[in-house]
Amino acid sequence: MKNSRRRFLQIAGVSALGLGAKPVLNAFASGGAEGPGYHVAKGEDARSAKQWAMVIDTRKLQTAEALEPIIEACNKIHNIPTGIENKNHEIKWIWETHYHNAFTDKASSFLDEAVENRPFLLLCNHCENPPCVRACPTKATFKNENGIVMMDFHRCIGCRFCMAACPFGARSFNFRDPRPFIKETNKEFPTRMKGVVEKCNFCAERLAVGKQPACVEASNGAIAFGDLYDEHSEVRELLKENYTIRRKQTLGTEPAVYYIV
Amino acid sequence: MLELAVKGNKWYWGWVVVLLGIIGAGFGIYMMQLKFGLGITGMSRDVSWGFYIANFTYLVGVAAGGVMVVLPYYLHNYKAYGKITILGEFLAIASIVMCLLFIMVDLGQPMRALNVLIYPTPNSVLFYDAIVLNGYLFLNLVIGWNVLEAERNGVHYQGWLKPLIYISIPWAVSIHTVTAYLYCGLPGRHFWLTAILAPRFLASAFAAGPSLLILLCLFIRRFTNFDPGREQIQSLAKTVAYAISINVFFFLCEVFVAFYSNIPGHTTHLKYLFVGLHGHGALVPWMWASMILMAAGIVLTVTPATRKNESSLMIACFVIILGTWIDKGLGMISGGFVPNPMHEVNEYAPTMPEIGITLGVYAIGALVLTVLYKMAVGVKEEAHS
Repeated sequence: MKNSRRRFLQIAGVSALGLGAKPVLNAFASGGAEGPGYHVAKGEDARSAKQWAMVIDTRKLQTAEALEPIIEACNKIHNIPTGIENKNHEIKWIWETHYHNAFTDKASSFLDEAVENRPFLLLCNHCENPPCVRACPTKATFKNENGIVMMDFHRCIGCRFCMAACPFGARSFNFRDPRPFIKETNKEFPTRMKGVVEKCNFCAERLAVGKQPACVEASNGAIAFGDLYDEHSEVRELLKENYTIRRKQTLGTEPAVYYIV
Repeated sequence: MLELAVKGNKWYWGWVVVLLGIIGAGFGIYMMQLKFGLGITGMSRDVSWGFYIANFTYLVGVAAGGVMVVLPYYLHNYKAYGKITILGEFLAIASIVMCLLFIMVDLGQPMRALNVLIYPTPNSVLFYDAIVLNGYLFLNLVIGWNVLEAERNGVHYQGWLKPLIYISIPWAVSIHTVTAYLYCGLPGRHFWLTAILAPRFLASAFAAGPSLLILLCLFIRRFTNFDPGREQIQSLAKTVAYAISINVFFFLCEVFVAFYSNIPGHTTHLKYLFVGLHGHGALVPWMWASMILMAAGIVLTVTPATRKNESSLMIACFVIILGTWIDKGLGMISGGFVPNPMHEVNEYAPTMPEIGITLGVYAIGALVLTVLYKMAVGVKEEAHS
């Protein structure tokens, strides 16, 4: 419980808070199912949910150019190295792919051309039943009280079992020191060291201060974010009105990222 | 008994020096890896486990194979194996040492390895793998050492060893079962997602381990004054014959299920391995070589004439070791990661530094085995002179 290294979030949260809010420091009560000793820095405006979820309206994101600012926003605030020339060592939190690759089990031979040519955003699905959390031998990856699958970069031993367990290819490993490849370091979010796994965190550090995830903010309304178990949330409204699909639903991991096609 | 290991002729010391040289080189390369990160290997975002974990998996099998002499001797009182059980147990020790080293060199942050113990996580199979591997190492160290010491003193081994010996038998099965569970419980990795993975691992282990033991016995007979015995070698050969046949049968079961069901998720990995996928087929010649080697191993060990002839038996053991090593050490891990979850094909091949570190680990295992066998053979020579 005294693991101060777990406070990176807290520090990130405090930094983002500025002067207007103060962090709640007594969040130790957050139950044993989450990582032990883990606590989120919460501001007065902190947003919480039973299970955060995302709905991506791909109809509003027809071209690669439309995705660019979204991906860039994420890369920038999370200090994701983008200039690594060796493809083996790439770090990806949110990236673009084709329909066939995103929805491997839903790609028929003769497909609506508009859908087939549309770029799709891939990111960690923050599964309700995450196989990566099951596999991790140190609880370095764990589910927080808002349903977000988190990574503790300081506890990760770099065994990469979580990468084998993730059926969505959402995790990246720092095969080398990422810092020389970060164009402009955001001081409010930690950089990583070599030898640890990382991935999208649904902007937990922004939710803690009442903000929306960066990709949602940069999407001009194409991406919605909200509590899956709040029937009045924006995501539930969208799910009610639109036909949505999820990736590899048959595996039973219950991905929390929904796509309107 | 360690004094027996520091008395040797120039061949013995020459061999030790060669091993130390390889270990030194491997260690130097490992220092480079520590400094730069695992980026000096051929692993990638898609193939996140490679040569280290593949060799780890193979050697868990070799370690488990030791039980094929322990079980008949202690459980069925098959007296003949009394002469060689120690060789099986010591082979298991050397193998487990290599397994643990392969895990260590595969970690991105090895200095945090103790986190596995500091934050025990019973939902992770890796937690159990750490328990069974270290437990098996401990059991074999205690049993092997004490039984050999008793033999040297001309007495029966102590009674308290008996329960440990009995525990060590299912424990040997557990190490390879749990290692298989590392792979076969993962959603979306259809090549591994099969209940027959653990049995298949065990079948290949019971072929590879005893094959290596036969070769070691033949070597010991040729170069020392201790003869492990013809009957012992022939009994081991029969074990190998059954195990390698079952291993290939299990593999064919996988092929049937994949291709008769014709479900793409299950066929693509086998296609990648044996005929190539989307123009990628780095492992195709290897996998066919593995199949041919294992088939040759079956023919040579099942046919009485070639099994009874120790020269052809030697060849049989050699091809089986090679065939099963390619199957597990190259195909099993890469085959599970390629194609990736997005059905993209990104191939993997170990790099030179990766191979260098691997050789270093094998050299440490060979050194451990050399020292242990030197003691075992020394005691046997004393006892029989």
